[in-house]
Amino acid sequence: MGFLLAGIRRKDPVPVSANEATDHNRRDFLYIATGMAGVVAVGGAAWPFIDQMRPDASTLALATIDVDVSGIEPGMSVTAKWRGKPIFIRNRTPEEIEAARAVPLAELKDPVARNANLDPSAEATDQARSAGEGKENWLVMIGSCTHLGCVPLGQSGDFGGWFCPCHGSHYDTAGRIRVGPAPQNLAVPTFQFISDTVIRIG
Amino acid sequence: MSGGHSTYSPKTGIERWIDARMPLPRLIHDSFVSYPVPRNLNYAYTFGGILSLMLAVQIVTGIVLAMHYAAYTGQAFNSVEQIMRDVNSGWLLRYLHANGASMFFIAVYIHIFRGLYYGSYKAPRELLWILGVIIYLLMMATAFMGYVLPWGQMSFWGATVITGFFTAIPLVGEWIQQLLLGGFAVDNPTLNRFFSLHYLLPFMIAGVVILHVWALHVTGQTNPTGIEVKSKTDTLPFTPYATIKDAFGMVLFLILFAYFVFYIPNYLGHPDNYIPADPLKTPAHIVPEWYFLPFYAILRAITFNIGPIDSKLGGVLAMFGAIAVLFFVPWLDTSKVRSAVYRPWYKLFFWLFAINAVFLGWLGSKPAEGIYIPLMQAATVFYFAFFLIIMPVLGLLEKPRRLPNSITEAVLEKNKSAASHPTVSTEATS
Repeated sequence: MGFLLAGIRRKDPVPVSANEATDHNRRDFLYIATGMAGVVAVGGAAWPFIDQMRPDASTLALATIDVDVSGIEPGMSVTAKWRGKPIFIRNRTPEEIEAARAVPLAELKDPVARNANLDPSAEATDQARSAGEGKENWLVMIGSCTHLGCVPLGQSGDFGGWFCPCHGSHYDTAGRIRVGPAPQNLAVPTFQFISDTVIRIG
Repeated sequence: MSGGHSTYSPKTGIERWIDARMPLPRLIHDSFVSYPVPRNLNYAYTFGGILSLMLAVQIVTGIVLAMHYAAYTGQAFNSVEQIMRDVNSGWLLRYLHANGASMFFIAVYIHIFRGLYYGSYKAPRELLWILGVIIYLLMMATAFMGYVLPWGQMSFWGATVITGFFTAIPLVGEWIQQLLLGGFAVDNPTLNRFFSLHYLLPFMIAGVVILHVWALHVTGQTNPTGIEVKSKTDTLPFTPYATIKDAFGMVLFLILFAYFVFYIPNYLGHPDNYIPADPLKTPAHIVPEWYFLPFYAILRAITFNIGPIDSKLGGVLAMFGAIAVLFFVPWLDTSKVRSAVYRPWYKLFFWLFAINAVFLGWLGSKPAEGIYIPLMQAATVFYFAFFLIIMPVLGLLEKPRRLPNSITEAVLEKNKSAASHPTVSTEATS
């Protein structure tokens, strides 16, 4: 804004005395400063209008849930709802764990564990995907395909894990992406066993 | 055309009084009564008027539907059913609105293809074309958000998939998605804001339409020959000639519209959208509305990583690129001749492109598996090749047919050749 006005003024054909030149520098400064202040003011006024679109306090308040998993035998799954998304909790069979362990890491499309409880660079071994040492049978994942967010179907697809019907992504028995357009393994949310039978998610 | 003098002369004292203060009657007279249009416009040129009509239909039906609709996840689905069963004439209004969206897109696709065929985007009408592409983008956003409002299964999962596109953007993608959704998944805040924006956008479309018509009236309309208007004999006054032709086109179009509304009102919809939204269960086969299918096929054609761009981002870029490329069409077409009528090779490729676009739409309705994937990839390659290779190269290589000297000459030549065939001439004179 200031620059524009300054540009118009410089074409002024009226001769400029030394005194006026100083004045013009002062005016340039004032134009620019006023213009900048206006930009900051407009930005500040616009921010609440953008900010209101972000998740509100009530949405954020639903950030933890407790799930009782005592009744889930090997080979059974439950789906819980957390932050509006399904959470798959599966007590895996020994065969499923074996199948997932047998996969060399080099064969994986996404070699990173995607486990919020581990270091972001952790490798996608079967153990790193599961609930960890002694609880390898438990798999807790956000049931939202990493491609475009559909809910994959359990115990189906080419690898006996999950299959997303929307765009054809196949996940293995550790929820790792193997074939299809999804770029990442199914995300493991922050969770912990708060007792032997209760999982707290979030 | 633009510099034409106003032929408006106020007849009564009141008209003179208004004309001296705010010459709106003069503007209307000059724009829609005395405005000169090329005398050789065919029915492909009536779709601008049809589109204005459809925008009005959508706004009017939409405003009354909003009087009965509840933008709340617990009530949205039921409120739509209430419109269908309880509200007086509610079924008609909703079917008009839902099918009206499809009719709007049928008309806009004919309008766009007419522009591509007759080279309407070429200088000096680049801005006119770009404004049209902006309207098309706004239409897509409006239609998408409107489809979410009934809160059926397709509404919910369509919204999930389409807002999921933004997660493909590196680093800030997830933040943008949460900003759009107002949460971590599609939910009540999403429905509320989509309703608000769905109400707003048609008025923004109306605003851009005014700019589009303004730009049109500055440069004047093109015509099937692609030759600029040179003399007064090349044109006819808008009223009654174009007015009546547009009105007749509208009547035919409304008959088609009415056929859908009264006989097959759900033909273009999905049965899944009559199941209330369930965030824990995705329908087995998600497809967007028919007018998005070609772009959906392009999205799903990218199943491979391209260097650092993974397949997901690649698909999203290809899909948005397929629309973005339209902005550059005025500069991609290097031909000096506008109309495909005088460009034999362009005419051939134009029709191949049109067939390919329909083919992409068909592929978009198919699951992303087996033979469909390589077909989607081949059709996507042709889609982009048409704009990025064929258009620029053909303009340089092609030898156009001889152009008539003026629109009048073209019209007279056509009539003369028609007169030499007796059967055609009787038809023309009867």
